[in-house]
Amino acid sequence: MTERVAIVGVGQTRQERNKVYDTFADMVYEATTLALADAGLSIDQIENVVSASNDFWDGRTISSMAINDACGSYDKNISCVEGDGTFAAFYGMTRILSGGYDTTLVVAHSKGSESVSSHITNAMFDPLYVRALGLDAISSAALQARRYMDRYGVSEEQCALVSVKNHGNAFRNPYAQLPLRLTVQDVLQSRMLADPIKLLDASPISDGACAIILARESAARKTPKPPVWVRGVGYCADAYHLGDRDLAECAALVQAARKAYDMAGVRNPRKQLDVVELYDAFTYQELLWTEGLGLCGPGEGGRLVESGATQLEGDIPVNPSGGLLSAHTVIAAGLVRIAECVLQLRGEAGERQVKGARTALAHGVNGPCGQSHCVWVLGV
Amino acid sequence: MGPAANPTVSGCWACEAGGSHPPIEDGGGFVAVDLSCHEVLKMPNRVAIVGTGQTHHCTRRLDVNGVELIYEAVGRALEDAELKMKDIDGVIIGNMDHFEGINYVDCWSIDGSGGFGKPTMKLTTGGTTGSTLAIAGYHMVASGMFDKLMVIGWEKNSESDTTGAITTAFDPIWDRLVFAGAISGLAVEASVYMATFGVTERDAARVTVRDRRHACLNPYAHLRKEVTIEEVMNSPRLSDPLKLLDLCPRTDGACAVIFASEHVAEKICPKPAWVLGTANRHLYTYLGDTDFVNLPSLRRASQELYSKTGIREPLKQIDVMELYLPYSFAGLSWIEALGLCKPGEAPRLLWDGVTDLGGELPINPSGGVISCNPIGATGLIRCAEAALQIMGKADKRQVPDVKIALSTGFGGCFWSDILLYGAKKPQ
Repeated sequence: MTERVAIVGVGQTRQERNKVYDTFADMVYEATTLALADAGLSIDQIENVVSASNDFWDGRTISSMAINDACGSYDKNISCVEGDGTFAAFYGMTRILSGGYDTTLVVAHSKGSESVSSHITNAMFDPLYVRALGLDAISSAALQARRYMDRYGVSEEQCALVSVKNHGNAFRNPYAQLPLRLTVQDVLQSRMLADPIKLLDASPISDGACAIILARESAARKTPKPPVWVRGVGYCADAYHLGDRDLAECAALVQAARKAYDMAGVRNPRKQLDVVELYDAFTYQELLWTEGLGLCGPGEGGRLVESGATQLEGDIPVNPSGGLLSAHTVIAAGLVRIAECVLQLRGEAGERQVKGARTALAHGVNGPCGQSHCVWVLGV
Repeated sequence: MGPAANPTVSGCWACEAGGSHPPIEDGGGFVAVDLSCHEVLKMPNRVAIVGTGQTHHCTRRLDVNGVELIYEAVGRALEDAELKMKDIDGVIIGNMDHFEGINYVDCWSIDGSGGFGKPTMKLTTGGTTGSTLAIAGYHMVASGMFDKLMVIGWEKNSESDTTGAITTAFDPIWDRLVFAGAISGLAVEASVYMATFGVTERDAARVTVRDRRHACLNPYAHLRKEVTIEEVMNSPRLSDPLKLLDLCPRTDGACAVIFASEHVAEKICPKPAWVLGTANRHLYTYLGDTDFVNLPSLRRASQELYSKTGIREPLKQIDVMELYLPYSFAGLSWIEALGLCKPGEAPRLLWDGVTDLGGELPINPSGGVISCNPIGATGLIRCAEAALQIMGKADKRQVPDVKIALSTGFGGCFWSDILLYGAKKPQ
């Protein structure tokens, strides 16, 4: 990269089970307005917009059409990434590095309350051979969880610890949907969804939107808050058919992280990262992704959470926001991870603040069982 | 984002005075060299198209599934550029989900797109998807993050209920029951245009006649059979004033275009098509958001593009246009939006043959969208065809000595994307 790009503004709606009073556009308008206020910019100072949405989750073809006016894109250049917000943010960043624009607004939204998750995620799978089996996000994740647990001897108790930790962290995050005081027993005894995934191993259905504003260095220096610099970013896709992958590994995440780390000069992520916000759609995923990100060795994710290192007070706090387990706004979820990292790096994360955080990692996922990963290293 | 650690550089070759660069310590322990004096280093990469591939297009490609269709285009683009998939460092792909009913197409298509183990992303903006992809291809390569990017648009319309799917684009409460779908909106635009300027249905039929005649020269076009003015006029009426032959078909097909950075473009392709500029406007959210005369989104996007690239007289300065004209009246009203003539004067250009092959500014030598419309690919086919014209690879449909070409995309609801290409590497 020839020039530095910073995140100069973030905004997120509260993430709730059913925002019955808000349309997609209402949520996007709220997140956009908050991000603009945060950056001290007016919409006229935003040069272009990249939105993220998904036609299936929204039940609308050309889903960006519903929110184009709400994100202030009128008479501006605009594009839409269909996938997690971290990927949209990447495209937004390249639109600055290309010399095209000084500032990019990136905004993502999802309303799980208006969707039937099992049908929508069933449509990820091959229509001829796999869909009829009824695979969806939860049942495919169960296959992955089982393979991962068998391969490395990770226990259901270790997975449950993630739920206890993240739902507990959510008490400190005013945007989170599900703050819960739980014990490992509560998680183990919750309703079985797809063995070994139980209700409290899974993320909830959530509504919400998130917006961030990216700016090139010259523009970032003029905004009131300290810029949060993009140190490194990488993304990568794995094979599609679940049988073509070893689900106990996450090769695409390893590769995406390597790219981001190389760019950021991170050689020892466990030491150099101060806080991690990752895409924990299910409890086992937090363990598996911490391995893929190199925070511990393969198969050591369970012991990492047991050690307490990923607690808010630990040496590598993971998901102090409460993570996706506490609010899963599908398409916006990765962008929320970026926004949370920005708050951490500015020291604005309130009760969930990790003391002295200077380097943070945000992570987003597309596709079944973490097929495609996007990794951001941010710093001040 | 400079290197993690770097000493002061002195006697730099790039500085006129052989200057030295102090390190920047930004407090985070990250040290970079201050290169702010280097205007040249701050300039983004120039980007060119170095290879294109299109599938065989027809109403139903029963011989392939979606992934195989995508591979057909990708394989041809690689062949055209004489590259292997291992040379490609990223993939972007797009279509409209509700046509094939496949969610997370970027993930599903990996075996055909070649995205395995690579950065892969999906973009979609409805009909503009193909041109949205082309614009993304430009920015992502210009950013310096990619050297060779595979850009893919595709659609299997035979697996869809096109109007049923498009109808869901519109607001479910306010618009869907009163003003939705593809054809009816265009019929309104045509009616307003006719009433405003006294243009006739025969004038519009001339556009279909041109595009369908050109399509006979293009082996990739779906409908390769000439039609006459009378045939257009006598074809079944779908939504007044639009008749069957005023409209584009539904097509199965895919298109792949390889975008490359200036460091590698000329090594791959002796005469690459340089991207000179891009612009777009997606102005319509609700009914009432747009004026139906001369497509305001295209007017504004083209004004931005022309001012960025120094185009003052598009009719004279541009050698060929590949326009996303999904129906005949667009070939009149929208070329006025592009500034080729004054509002209401387009019929004269058409009847005078100015936009025919051999005319002053040939439009759609490929046969255009009226002859071939695999929706998610359509905007990218315009890009590929414009690039072929610059590369001199357009065979029988080649316009002689093309230096500047333009392509557009249309979709969403009265949205426009636009790109300009040149034979000469931009300064």
